[in-house]
Amino acid sequence: MNRLLSPLPVVVMVGVVALLGLLAYGVVAKSPDRGIEAALASGETPPAPDIRLPRLGSDGEGSLADYRGKVVVLNYWASWCEPCRAESPLLQRWHERLEPRGATVLGVDVLDATPDAQKFIDEFDLSYPMLKDGDGDTQKDFGVAAYPETVVIDRRGRLRAIERGPVDDAFFERHVVPLLEEPA
Amino acid sequence: MRRALALLIAVVSLAAPTAAAAQCPRTSVADIEDEVMCPVCGTPLALATEAPQAKQERSFILDLVEDCKSKDEVKAALVAEFGEDVLAVPGDDGFDRAAVLVPGLGLLVALAGITAATVRWRRRPRPDGGAGSGGSAAALGGSDSARLDADLKRYDL
Repeated sequence: MNRLLSPLPVVVMVGVVALLGLLAYGVVAKSPDRGIEAALASGETPPAPDIRLPRLGSDGEGSLADYRGKVVVLNYWASWCEPCRAESPLLQRWHERLEPRGATVLGVDVLDATPDAQKFIDEFDLSYPMLKDGDGDTQKDFGVAAYPETVVIDRRGRLRAIERGPVDDAFFERHVVPLLEEPA
Repeated sequence: MRRALALLIAVVSLAAPTAAAAQCPRTSVADIEDEVMCPVCGTPLALATEAPQAKQERSFILDLVEDCKSKDEVKAALVAEFGEDVLAVPGDDGFDRAAVLVPGLGLLVALAGITAATVRWRRRPRPDGGAGSGGSAAALGGSDSARLDADLKRYDL
């Protein structure tokens, strides 16, 4: 017992515990946050975090607050993401249908080179507003871990649905269209 | 005269690209990719061979290298696109501090361990109650001591 309490084993044990603690912190800190899913599953509608980012393809900044009063379909994408290529025409089609009814698709181009992103926008003739998140900083706010991911925000700025992966027509019918009837 | 003029034009046309190349900063994708990260992969770009974002980033760097940008200019352009985290050096906040703290802590633990071990070794009880190499010989039993003496005699020159 005395041997265990001598300085050397104590120092080694403290070192090992510190390293394990650091490892655990690293694992937890790098894990994507799934709090939004949990909140939505329990019937809550938490307020959407306000993100402010440079506009892609034009000067200045844009934020979620700029769209308060509208239903926002926030879509995280990148030009190098293959599923995003398949999803983009559908988002454009829905944006054209939703815009006259007070809703918008809002793209967030993430971890992407601007020239490639611009080429992508031109290729798919995307007309919905775009923000650029070069270092992926705002992803943490929505627990984004892969691309594409889509978050639906109602007219009062509350989170209403989230899809970790490409969306389809059924997603819009089920999660977006009903929100159009809600008051601001 | 015509021949001399043709020769002069040929020399100038050959020398022009060489002079331009000499003015162009000499860097390459290979020189840069081990100093920057592939942000999506979470590894240095040099280790991310097949990831789509890594391929895009390499192509982005190649375009800048072909535009005669220096290594620092390429890195600055990468930071402008992807933020500071694209540089393969640890930051000074959050978990990134571990890159500095862990080796430092390891060094301190090692030093403390070596110090403690040295102190214990110097304070250990000695059979002859003193220091010096003679102590170990004195600790041998009678027969062992005799055998050691016999062995040593055999090696006497």
